[in-house]
Amino acid sequence: MGPLEGVRVVELAHEYVAFAGRLLADLGADVVLVEPPGGHPGRHFGPFVDDEPHPERSLWWWHHHASKRGVTLDLSAPNLDTLNLDDPADRLRLRTLAAQADVVLEGEEPGWVGALLGERPERLIHVAITPYGQAGDYPPVTDLTVLAAGGPVWSCGYDDHTLPPVRGGGNQGFQTACNYAVMSVLTALVAREQTGRGQFVDVSMHASCNVTTEFGSYTWLAAGHTVQRQTGRHATPRPTEVTQVQCLDGRWLNTGVPPRTGREFQALGTWIEDLGLADEFDEFGVLQLGYEVDYIPVLNLEDDPLKAEIFGAGRSAIEFLAESLTGHDLFVGLQQRGMACGIIYSPEEVLEDEHFKARGFPTQIEHEDLGRTITYPGSSLRFVGTPCGPHRRAPHVGEHNDEVLTGG
Amino acid sequence: MGGALSHVRICDFTGQLAGAGATKFLAAFGAQVIRIEDPVNKGRWDILRGAPPFKDSRRGVEFGAGFNNHNVEKLGITLNLRTARAKELLAELVKVSDVVSENFASGVLERMGFGYDRLRELRSDIIYVSNCGFGQTGPYGPFKSWGPIAQAVSGLTFQSGLPDLPPAGWGYSYMDHTGGYYMAIAILAALYHRARTGEGQWVDVSCSEAGAALNGPAMLDYTVNGRPLRREGMPNSNRSQSPAMAPHGIYATASEEPGVDGLGKTDNWIAISCRSDDEWAVLADQINQDWARDQRFSMLSGRLGAEDELDRRMQEWTSGHNRWKLAESLRAVGVPAAAVARPAERIDQDRTTSEWGLWPTVIHRDMGDVRVDGLPVHLSETDWSIERGAPCLGEHNDIVFKDVLGLSAGEIEDLRAEGVI
Repeated sequence: MGPLEGVRVVELAHEYVAFAGRLLADLGADVVLVEPPGGHPGRHFGPFVDDEPHPERSLWWWHHHASKRGVTLDLSAPNLDTLNLDDPADRLRLRTLAAQADVVLEGEEPGWVGALLGERPERLIHVAITPYGQAGDYPPVTDLTVLAAGGPVWSCGYDDHTLPPVRGGGNQGFQTACNYAVMSVLTALVAREQTGRGQFVDVSMHASCNVTTEFGSYTWLAAGHTVQRQTGRHATPRPTEVTQVQCLDGRWLNTGVPPRTGREFQALGTWIEDLGLADEFDEFGVLQLGYEVDYIPVLNLEDDPLKAEIFGAGRSAIEFLAESLTGHDLFVGLQQRGMACGIIYSPEEVLEDEHFKARGFPTQIEHEDLGRTITYPGSSLRFVGTPCGPHRRAPHVGEHNDEVLTGG
Repeated sequence: MGGALSHVRICDFTGQLAGAGATKFLAAFGAQVIRIEDPVNKGRWDILRGAPPFKDSRRGVEFGAGFNNHNVEKLGITLNLRTARAKELLAELVKVSDVVSENFASGVLERMGFGYDRLRELRSDIIYVSNCGFGQTGPYGPFKSWGPIAQAVSGLTFQSGLPDLPPAGWGYSYMDHTGGYYMAIAILAALYHRARTGEGQWVDVSCSEAGAALNGPAMLDYTVNGRPLRREGMPNSNRSQSPAMAPHGIYATASEEPGVDGLGKTDNWIAISCRSDDEWAVLADQINQDWARDQRFSMLSGRLGAEDELDRRMQEWTSGHNRWKLAESLRAVGVPAAAVARPAERIDQDRTTSEWGLWPTVIHRDMGDVRVDGLPVHLSETDWSIERGAPCLGEHNDIVFKDVLGLSAGEIEDLRAEGVI
């Protein structure tokens, strides 16, 4: 199933590459995860099922390695000087696996896996995700230090700069490099259909973050200005207005671009009237004046005091509504009236939301070993012709040794 | 060897970053990306065309630096799809294209008469990739969106911040970048599938779903353990819960002389992580103060149990140090550490990005030389190339209508005169 059906990937278990392997597996590739005997250290990353640490109960592991098969091989002694490839049987098994594979995915110190594999088979695509690429250093990094060095952290945080800048949550630095790795592997696969040849794909985590900062990079590149972080909105060279309001139930809403058209002012005014709250909204009269305006361009507000007041009343109207409505009701109500905005959900609330459920995003995965069916976040992409997504739980240590290593 | 994708032609309606970023990647690898814009509103559907930042004092639809950044190496044509003739020309273009890509609100292309069924009539193996905030189906399908909204609804904004404060979120459109990455993955995977089977298909990309799928461990902690991320003390994304690490934070460092960007007197920070008790022991030696040798801190459980105190003491220590020198000394002994880099520092003073070729200079017809984001990957046989700036409005009308659709110079002149292009 999936557009990559028939593609075989050998993934050498590593924190840097795990999510790339997961994406390829969800797209239908047969991803064989290679761990050391006894299991990869990532199996000890929490949180754990029922908070009981155990190599088969790591939720980090479950998420990153669903849809894959798993084998164990002893590839130890990563010392290029003493490596004897004729001797250890497991290294030969790795070469055999690679010879049958379309893609080898790894995140080891540059050169080591190349030495293990020997001459790259002509059709093989070898992709490596490392902190600074194959020609760079291989220092110790975490998602936090990658995002700090690569630019994203500078742009994220609060208006108050005595507070530290913030790392965007969820290990997105590692995942950004993995996204680029998957794009690149697919490019190499499409090219191979033309040329018959594979190639080496070098992915730099530091470079991946550097080109995933939007204004941060190109405001400096093109204009020589530096963006400054702000609470819950874009970092910009000069301060901008707030875009988050807190609603009746405590949830926050991103208000997006403020209302600027007569149609939007009227929709807000009518909504406030329908709720019977017109008398309580101080700026209701000003808001009504906005019904007749065509469009208020933000740039010359200073030149037109009336339009500036109307524009302000539009923003106030949303803040006023937030005092009486839950985040969900304000979000849906504004969107249904043609105004772009977004409720700020916590991750678990996404899984409970009617829209995501209606599209089948929450996905059930069998954990027959625990006698449980677990809800996972579903597929990133909806291939109408070749449905795909997470389809099996992460492998136990060495679970598929027999079927894979004996030629299965 | 030619470009990796030089055999691929894309009929491209994308804009902003969430769509344009996808076809930028493909164009850099040699795909012929033909960007279609509306001559009547001067391509302003893509608001970045005329939006800041600007390279110099010139303004207008040819001078938005963001638009240039996201549309390098593409061709640009104009079609006034209010006219029957333009629709005929679009149909001809679809027939000779491998992919049709767009990131309008859901249903817009269908209303223009070019929904998936129509595209398939024109070319049976066409690949159609649509990308919008909430996907083409479901109750929120018609809702408007862009990066910050997809980030908010997907859970990404919430989990970025410090306790007892509003969400800090992302200070840029992370999900416009990343939505573009997933759109590129969709196009490429569909191209591979078509090469193997001859079958085209439609891929319905929802930015908020792609974003939600980036929150795996937090979601599983809820579905498995019933533990929501909306709880006391959370989120706290400068710390690390999965895997658990401590210390793990961003700490203030000493004042500096102004850099080339004029900054540095304040707002200097260093990120430090300890992945194990062994790394903590090494770090404690570097700190070389009594508190760091406290037995309470020797085990992860002890450090996690006193994380507020640990972070306070860490910052007392780092605040006397220069962030670059401290990061270098910690990395040298194996402790993950990095200065929080400002744009000027990572672009103009970082050997690793310049040697990678990460900031290519392109030539734009009207703007001249401009530096842009390159790609963070290198392919050994068919690597990317970024040299040409974004197309000006209708810049490649003559080339595309002549070479791709076989029109004569006279016919193209007539299209101009009739307001079709």
